Amino acid sequence: MDWSYETEQSLVESHGLKIDEFDSIVKGLGREPNLTELGIFSAMWNEHCSYKSSKYWLKKLPTSGDRVVQGPGENAGVIDIDDGDVAVFKMESHNHPSYIEPYQGAATGVGGILRDVFTMGARPVANLNALRFGDSTHPKTKHLLTGVVEGIGGYGNCIGIPTVGGEVNFHSSYNGNILVNAMTVGIAKKDKIFYSAAAGIGNPVVYVGSKTGRDGIHGATMASAEFDDDSEDKKPTVQVGDPFTEKLLLEACLELMKEKAIIAIQDMGAAGLTSSSIEMASKGNVGLEIDLTKVPMRASNMTAYELMLSESQERMLMVLEPGKEDMARNIFKKWDLEFEVIGRVTDTKNLVLNMHGKEEACIPINILVEDAPEYQREYTVRDPAAEYHLDKAILNNKTIIDDLVKMIGHPNLCSRRWIWEQYDHMVMADTLVRPGSDAAVVRVHGTNKAIAISTDCSPTYCKHNSFEGGKHAVVETWRNLIASGAEPIAITDCMNFGNPEKPEIMGEFVECIRGMTEACSVLSYPVVSGNVSLYNETNGEGIYPTPAIGGVGLIKDINKIKTLAFKELNSKIYTIGKNEGHIGNTQFLSIILNKEIGSTPTIDLSEELKNGRFILELVNQDLILSSHDIGEGGLLVAVAEMAMSGEIGASININDHTHFFSEDQSRYLIEVSPNNEDKINQMALDSNIAIELIGETTKDDLIIRDIGQISVQNLKLKSESWFPNFTK
Amino acid sequence: MKTHVIVFPGSNCDRDVAVAIENISGSKPDMVWHKNTSIQESDLIVVPGGFSYGDYLRCGAIASTSPVINEVIKKAKAGVPVIGICNGFQILIETSLLDGALIRNKTLSFICKDVYIKPENSSSIFTEYNNVAKMPIAHNEGNYFASDDTLEKIKDNDQIAFKYCNADGLVNEESNPNGSLDNIAGILNDRKNVLGLMPHPERAAEITLGSDQGKNIFEGVLR
Repeated sequence: MDWSYETEQSLVESHGLKIDEFDSIVKGLGREPNLTELGIFSAMWNEHCSYKSSKYWLKKLPTSGDRVVQGPGENAGVIDIDDGDVAVFKMESHNHPSYIEPYQGAATGVGGILRDVFTMGARPVANLNALRFGDSTHPKTKHLLTGVVEGIGGYGNCIGIPTVGGEVNFHSSYNGNILVNAMTVGIAKKDKIFYSAAAGIGNPVVYVGSKTGRDGIHGATMASAEFDDDSEDKKPTVQVGDPFTEKLLLEACLELMKEKAIIAIQDMGAAGLTSSSIEMASKGNVGLEIDLTKVPMRASNMTAYELMLSESQERMLMVLEPGKEDMARNIFKKWDLEFEVIGRVTDTKNLVLNMHGKEEACIPINILVEDAPEYQREYTVRDPAAEYHLDKAILNNKTIIDDLVKMIGHPNLCSRRWIWEQYDHMVMADTLVRPGSDAAVVRVHGTNKAIAISTDCSPTYCKHNSFEGGKHAVVETWRNLIASGAEPIAITDCMNFGNPEKPEIMGEFVECIRGMTEACSVLSYPVVSGNVSLYNETNGEGIYPTPAIGGVGLIKDINKIKTLAFKELNSKIYTIGKNEGHIGNTQFLSIILNKEIGSTPTIDLSEELKNGRFILELVNQDLILSSHDIGEGGLLVAVAEMAMSGEIGASININDHTHFFSEDQSRYLIEVSPNNEDKINQMALDSNIAIELIGETTKDDLIIRDIGQISVQNLKLKSESWFPNFTK
Repeated sequence: MKTHVIVFPGSNCDRDVAVAIENISGSKPDMVWHKNTSIQESDLIVVPGGFSYGDYLRCGAIASTSPVINEVIKKAKAGVPVIGICNGFQILIETSLLDGALIRNKTLSFICKDVYIKPENSSSIFTEYNNVAKMPIAHNEGNYFASDDTLEKIKDNDQIAFKYCNADGLVNEESNPNGSLDNIAGILNDRKNVLGLMPHPERAAEITLGSDQGKNIFEGVLR
């Protein structure tokens, strides 16, 4: 193609490529690419699809373990959950589209992650999410919050997969760039997992699902750029979801998967037909030849460029066994879905696209994949924030109850009921622990076992000490699973950061990865899937580092499930783990003193492991009534949560006031029947576990001895009113 | 015992209700694809919840024109017990087997939570257990509405099956989750063999799920 230098430069830039990246395309092809080819390179080499800034570091994460069936690199990770069953899961970001158009952005985020899971042959059984919004006083926050929640519900409710849990934070660093991370867990049989590697020269390549339209063109490129004040103009790049069609696609795919017909299958997610076809060819080390005229189209006169870059939703690409086309077509016809043979597998190792008898592109797959740029970006690591010493006079008797009420009524700690009541969390009739406990628990259908799932991250911890913050995000999910009575198995990660070309941001990424690596190693809790979202910046302001983690654990016997709700009157309340009074970078400072200051609490991973194992031992021996991890907000907030959930009061007796709101790590609260006290204390002594009696359950009121009291009903009212009032 | 569950494109509680029926009756229901035009002899037909046809156009409207519906109507008129749950209730209203309309929740949002309902009618096979039952709702359009005449008619004719109430059985404004007229959670047809209700008894059919009081509604038929 003869382009003038200026045209060439602006075309390259408008495709999100750098000039030196363009030069390496020319070198690889031995010629200049045509427009369609340039579009394909742009789609494959953007940050979102190529992981060019993050790949080097991601390789450092531990990814193997006894129960890992499939680690990162496929559509989702797979873990063994006994009896020939596997859990298939992944978390993915849909940040940029959700900021531009919250309903559709969030909805298609759910749709995309669901496809990643059922592509592998699993029936999705649970959706979760991790959401970050700007400060509640920011004028856009209410609109974005309501839109995102409605979008997540709109998609999940319609397709009929329960949304069982998640987390949400508000912080000004997300004012111009919210985060919407969606996670799906599915269940499959270990010997019926489907992969994406194309194989069998001459085999048919089949397109199924919805027709292709012009929506979402360049979505992945948009998702790899920073925002500015004109971001609204990018609305046309946001895809529109159709959960009804996805439901049909889910049922049709699972029906076809029962037959021996599918050799390879890949969903068309970011960068649509481009990334799915290239992924399949690359994994199978083969070529693909596609006749684009055969692609079912929603709009007329679509060009090769548009067809390859469209991000129309609810589509899949498959390689079928030859001769199975008619049988497969009948299944998709039954579900009123498109089914077209659009090409075949070749031995050329090239991606060849034809349209109306003319060759529109011919690119060696290895140039697209192996020659994709990979950067070891410069990074600098900030010194962690310094220790903060609290003037203890602030914690005076008169204010403690008021402080507690403020904290449990604050957007970052209050009840999320307003959110999860908009999600169908009960469909499929296997949700055993509903949203609002430490982890959601979903029964494996037709069995007596369950999986526990939790998503977590503390961005302020990560900002002020990225290494400890990375550790914490992993550990917090681990603790939530433990507190639910589950054996933690593995995680998925969704790494949300600012512009990696800034050494300080890259430093946050590197340190978070280092912290996660250490936590995963010590806890034998590997990463099996994940996603990276960079350039989360608006007008040059980056978000706080946010490595959102989704943890999955196994509960072998559903009778052993634990929830945080107090169960009985007159039982004893103990803390497990050391109460030391770390007050730096806590919710107390942030909410009560309006100060984001001090050092992120550090985690002793061997202590963490020891305490977690101890809780599981108590669970296995049926020695505790309820358990809850002590997380952000500290001890009193955690006690209040147990009281509100169980609608049972507590009388608490603690002398050192700094322990009320400190955020020391590796701690749990347990509710114990008096009969079991001696045994538990002895076990703690034998295992060298820090254990402390802090009170007992009572009727109706939360009483802090010598300080004051408040009724549990009143607490609940305060905790549950923030969201409804804010969104009114 | 022969039972049937209708499956539309977009149904998503078909499996849940089939599991509940099997647990209660000991035998698996037949799943009937919406394109079928006949249903074998049946002791119970369930039109399950979900988003048939994506709830596009109007909830239940497209499904009510599916081929199988004529057969459902025929069986209903012949006295076969029929239950429509959630989207199934919406579909039965669209077929005119049941009276009234289901409009957008008063809150203008989807609501999924436990509610309590209590039988208002003790003469139907679905409502013979005269106690308060806890079960979840999960819907966007469950706000029951009827014209004054229709409401009077269904009242006079004892067609109100269930009302939303609190845990103690008190029917009041606070226990009405979606703005339904007179707290109506479910209604019957003239002959009392067709029931439509918004709550999901199939999700409250074993204690592990938080309640097994939903079983009551099926037991009269399945015993």
